Amino acid sequence: MIEVRNGRTILTTPVSESDLARLRIGDVFYLDGELATGRDSVHERTVYEGKDLPVDIRDKVLMHAGPIVKQKEDGGWEMISIGPTTSMRMEKYEYDFVKATGVRVIVGKGGMGPSTAAACRDFGAIHCVMPAGNAVVGAVCTEEILGGHWLDLGMPEAVWHCRVRELGPLIVTIDTSGRNYFEEKKTEYDRIRREQTELISKQVHFTK
Amino acid sequence: MSHLATAGKMTGIMAAFISYTAKNLPDDVLARLEALRSQETEPLAVEIYSLMFRNLQLARELDRPICQDTGYMQFWIRCGSSFPLIGELEGLLTEAVRIATAETPLRYNVVETFDEVNTGTNTGTGAPTFWWDIIPGWDGCEIYTYPAGGGCSLPGHAMVLMPGQGYEAVVDFVLERMTSYGLNACPPLLVGVGIGTSVETAALNAKHALMRPVGSCSENERVAKLEQLLEDGINAIGFGPQGLGGRHSVMGVNVVNTARHPADLGVAVSVSCWCHRRGRITFDSDLNYTVSTHSGFDMGGSK
Repeated sequence: MIEVRNGRTILTTPVSESDLARLRIGDVFYLDGELATGRDSVHERTVYEGKDLPVDIRDKVLMHAGPIVKQKEDGGWEMISIGPTTSMRMEKYEYDFVKATGVRVIVGKGGMGPSTAAACRDFGAIHCVMPAGNAVVGAVCTEEILGGHWLDLGMPEAVWHCRVRELGPLIVTIDTSGRNYFEEKKTEYDRIRREQTELISKQVHFTK
Repeated sequence: MSHLATAGKMTGIMAAFISYTAKNLPDDVLARLEALRSQETEPLAVEIYSLMFRNLQLARELDRPICQDTGYMQFWIRCGSSFPLIGELEGLLTEAVRIATAETPLRYNVVETFDEVNTGTNTGTGAPTFWWDIIPGWDGCEIYTYPAGGGCSLPGHAMVLMPGQGYEAVVDFVLERMTSYGLNACPPLLVGVGIGTSVETAALNAKHALMRPVGSCSENERVAKLEQLLEDGINAIGFGPQGLGGRHSVMGVNVVNTARHPADLGVAVSVSCWCHRRGRITFDSDLNYTVSTHSGFDMGGSK
């Protein structure tokens, strides 16, 4: 479901492809509902080892994140800090991961490449970034850790199943049409970089 | 106080310092971020800075790590040859990391290579990292603490150029790394550039460059000029906070250089994210200490 609440665009799980049709690269929204964390090892296990993700994230959210959690006396888990990790590390797995899990929204940090953009277009998903390093805001937005799975991978790599409320701001970086915010920006960044390299190089001829 | 008791005291201070620096940014970093925030006009960049400052406030109020990636601890020790605990330093700093990991809590970030197992203590083979300088005749000890984050360690790169390629190639090397990797590494970045003779000397110089205060400049006029040119050049690229676009992409560029072989020009780049949590604490022989990076740190033993 997608709605506007107190001036904020809120996306709530379960998410349908038509919910996402309204979100385009550069748009800002907040997330309500269920997500599972997954980084390198989770992708390795699901995509290359063929194991089923222990949490059903069809029409839900994957967050590239390795949080700090603390076990409570009753055996449950408390979220201490959570923020996104570099998404590009997961680029090599993401097409197959989205295809296998039916995930709709990927939350991460920085850009992703053409495989993920193809997955977003082919399967009706989006990639978005949460500004990273803001892990206490992330923890405050986490209402509950519903479960911890694959704990043998270690705290950062395990699957943490969470319920969040107004997690964000999230900025759409790949939309369901496959447009890629970072790739488009990068063309401009690279052009200016080459100009600057030339400009600076003229002023640093120190070798003799 | 017995030798063992002094070592215990220093362990406690270092554990508290490691923990504090995971939750509070250094004064110079905070001041630079405030300055960059005030100059930002892009609405998205303004919103990102608001989030960052709200997060810093929440970290203080709730006493929690600013970022979930609390890093892989690295120490640059500048130890006087007469410092009483010189022989115990590696052991006590390792113990301090174990204590800080449990008490802060810090995320478990040490994975044994090849075995690919997370140790769960933030210690392991060669972890934490120690780099040593011995200062002859001094009885004090200065320790730089740095939790190396995963995302901001990823752009790290070193190579040896042919001198004929010149400092022009250094500029190309650094700038290329900014658009290929830097924009994913949580900008505004602090960029450390090392110049030396081999990959090892260049890389260590780049790390030392990250320990220099934000806004400081090299004493060598040419190096200082290069720092300014690189800073302006990277800002001009315009990737801004989080790489999403903005006026400033970096908090600064620090260059540290050592001499080279006539046939080699070693260069390295090492970056830190906006959450640049380096600390510097200096002890005298009685373990009175001063902290130059964090004016708020005081557990009663400071001078």
